[in-house]
Amino acid sequence: MSLEFVWFIFLPIVAAIIVPFLFRAIKNVHTGWFVLLVPVVLFIYYARFVKGILNGEVHISELPWIPSLDISFTAYMDGLSILFSLLITGIGALVVLYSIFYLDRRREKLNNFYVYLLMFMTAMLGIVQSDNTISLYLFWELTSISSFLLIGYWFTKDRSRFGALKSMMITVFGGLMMLGGFVLLSIMGDSYSIRELIANSSSIVGHDYFTLAIVLILLGAFTKSAQFPFYIWLPDAMEAPTPVSAYLHSATMVKAGLYLVARFTPVFATSEVWIWLVTGIGLLTLFWGSFFAVKQTDLKAILAFSTVSQLGLIMSLLGASAVAYHVTGEQAAIFKVAAFAAIFHLINHAMFKGSLFMVAGIVDHETGTRDIRKLGGLMSIMPISFTVAFIGSMSMAGLPPFGGFLSKELFLTSMLSLREFNLFNFDTWGIVFPVVAWIASVFTFTYSFYFVFKTFNGKCQEHALPKKPHEAPLGMLLSPIILAIAVVAIFFIPNMVGKAFVNPAVVAMQAGLYAHPDDIGIQVSAWHGWTPELMMTIGIIAVGALLFITMKRWQKLYDIQPQYFSLNALYDSLMVFGETGMNRLSRFYMTGLIRSYLIYMFFFIVTITTGALFIQDAFSVDMDSFSPVNAYGIMTAIILIIAVCMVLFAKTRLAAIIALGGVGYSVALFFVIYKAPDLALTQLVIETVSVALFLLAFRYLPSLKNHGETRKIRLGNLLISAAVGVTVTLVALSAHSQKLIPSISQYYKDTVFTEAAGGNIVNVILVDYRGFDTLFEIAVLAIAGIGVYSMIKLRLSRKEKSDESE
Amino acid sequence: MEFVMAIVIGILFMAAVYLILSRSLLRIILGTGLLSHGAHLLILTMGGLGGTSPPVLAEGVTDYVDPLPQALILTAIVISFGVTAFIIVLFFRTYGELKTDNMNLMEGNDEHD
Repeated sequence: MSLEFVWFIFLPIVAAIIVPFLFRAIKNVHTGWFVLLVPVVLFIYYARFVKGILNGEVHISELPWIPSLDISFTAYMDGLSILFSLLITGIGALVVLYSIFYLDRRREKLNNFYVYLLMFMTAMLGIVQSDNTISLYLFWELTSISSFLLIGYWFTKDRSRFGALKSMMITVFGGLMMLGGFVLLSIMGDSYSIRELIANSSSIVGHDYFTLAIVLILLGAFTKSAQFPFYIWLPDAMEAPTPVSAYLHSATMVKAGLYLVARFTPVFATSEVWIWLVTGIGLLTLFWGSFFAVKQTDLKAILAFSTVSQLGLIMSLLGASAVAYHVTGEQAAIFKVAAFAAIFHLINHAMFKGSLFMVAGIVDHETGTRDIRKLGGLMSIMPISFTVAFIGSMSMAGLPPFGGFLSKELFLTSMLSLREFNLFNFDTWGIVFPVVAWIASVFTFTYSFYFVFKTFNGKCQEHALPKKPHEAPLGMLLSPIILAIAVVAIFFIPNMVGKAFVNPAVVAMQAGLYAHPDDIGIQVSAWHGWTPELMMTIGIIAVGALLFITMKRWQKLYDIQPQYFSLNALYDSLMVFGETGMNRLSRFYMTGLIRSYLIYMFFFIVTITTGALFIQDAFSVDMDSFSPVNAYGIMTAIILIIAVCMVLFAKTRLAAIIALGGVGYSVALFFVIYKAPDLALTQLVIETVSVALFLLAFRYLPSLKNHGETRKIRLGNLLISAAVGVTVTLVALSAHSQKLIPSISQYYKDTVFTEAAGGNIVNVILVDYRGFDTLFEIAVLAIAGIGVYSMIKLRLSRKEKSDESE
Repeated sequence: MEFVMAIVIGILFMAAVYLILSRSLLRIILGTGLLSHGAHLLILTMGGLGGTSPPVLAEGVTDYVDPLPQALILTAIVISFGVTAFIIVLFFRTYGELKTDNMNLMEGNDEHD
């Protein structure tokens, strides 16, 4: 059974290779029908695992990738992986089915669409089955890329490109942070394997990097799962085709972050930071998303904010479930409920949100608008869509007899029990959790009603609609109907779902606490007596209904928040700041003037060299190593310095050139004094030729001008040049005073005649011992000669010149 | 003597840097000339200025000057000459084309011409 199921991860992406060929070859059949086979086959394949995992089995299948670095594609199938795999392939199949009717095969670029979608499917399956953190990261980024491509599917629209870029920036930012967290984890736990990390978690806890790794990995999870404040990409991603929104941005990709949190709970659950961050951010997101969902006027935007909010709900439950690692006995059972509720709601949410997106797409498709202000009264025109939307919305609002009711009751139970948890300041702050959860649930109720009744109830404004509304074709309705049936079914058979899917997932999520899925033993029942949860639900319905009825009156509240004071504005200004700020910075230091760059270079030469001398305490002058002062040397030095000053202060170019020649000749004199006959000869000849060259070019050259250099600039130049001069002197002195090893020249002196048959040691070194230098020095001269020749001879007329002459 | 030479070299470097930082292209070329002189003398000085005989074999002489720095300087002189010649011609051509030797007018900024 477990035979190499890792290969099946790659089935969609391999199928993606043949999709473009199918699209071109078979024109009469919608390409989606062929694509549909892939998720269906995978769904059936993965469904066969369920029974084994129910009995506590796990499956591992490994595909080595870079064995020397311990990196492999290791697929690990346990309760959590199988649940997500089934969601991905199951909803994937329904979405493909839906897209067959949603996307026109003549007008749309279906080859692109299905390639991206299949790419995404592989990436998601890879994430949820990976045991190796590096391959998990690989698939993680592949979802970012394929999501980017899918959001920008209608790439001719500005909004699509903006949304695609935004989601890319945010999720890739998170992905990179997560990679950092994984690397820290592998350093702490000495393994890339998640299973081994969980097994080694005792060595990870309390490590120096522990909290940093938590924050980094949570950044990855929060950006992907659209948690506060990173949720802003999700509403903009609604520019994608609706099947994409339904699949990626409600049921699968945004749950990758939840998966990550659930997967790493056994490693990090012992940390206070983890529990507070996951629970707190989740709850904040839940409230924020539900509050702003009521403000939206676009159907998909409402659903986007609602997705954000529901993801926050699941996130906070995941945080609460981590508490189970800190308590024992009866309290532990309570937090077991949180884990159960998280997974249970995750399933519920995938079902109802998928169906709601599909309905929004149908409404858009059949009326031509998604603006809720133009819609209304579609109940009698589109009865089936209405029924589906009603079921989905009521489940979202948490009403019986739909799946959402059960998960919301469990949610409230968990939040209430956080109060009783008396570690990490929860005894003082714990009361916040049920209160915020309750308020958020009220808003959830309100926007659920808002979504379904503003669209389908009221008066039909047929004149305002771009198209004449009518019911969608059956094929398009099929997928949402299947999901809606599932939503209702979950309410009636919650314990079957719980036993088959949720319990194994909870066991995987809270590794080490339970041995067998049957140990969970949570019984969900629709009627659980007159508990505080039920009271809260009644309150939610009452207040929510009141809010819905009086919506017109209090909606002005949203106008209080100014446009420029929002997270989107913050993101935009960050982007603008990044661009203009960097631009300004480059403009600031890249002046285009050679002087500026030279100043930077000299500045760093001076500071680094003198700094090193100072820090290493390396400056020393050893007078004994110096040779005796020589009168001729002093005289030559004085001549040279005078010549240098003449070069500096020369008013005419002729004087400057002659003074430079004077410097050269005094250098030649130095060579004579210091017993270097060959150098003196060469220096004399070359100085003569150089001066001649200067004088040759002289009559074509401009006279020396200052070009308006102010006193201030010259003073600056003087300071820098003085610093460079002093640095060189200091380095020369201390280098000479600290000879570490003797010269190798004794060898040349000893063997110059016996080995090389020469008497002039310098010349023998040049042509015999170190002849290669000479060879390439000849090459340099040749190149310089060719360069001079071609500069003078080759005069391609410039383009501007020819433009001017026209 | 090395002490005096170190100061002479420092002055050469200082003058060279001062000229290189100026706006006139001719001064910059003069500066590079001084800089190479400074570098050559630096190599010579670092090799040690002791020794009584030039590095040419002769009867009865043992205290030769270190020949290796001289060989290095010889190579450096030739290379710097090649480069200087090239730069002078480049300057000549630049001036012929651009009619200026002011470095501030030769900004490498192609955004606004």
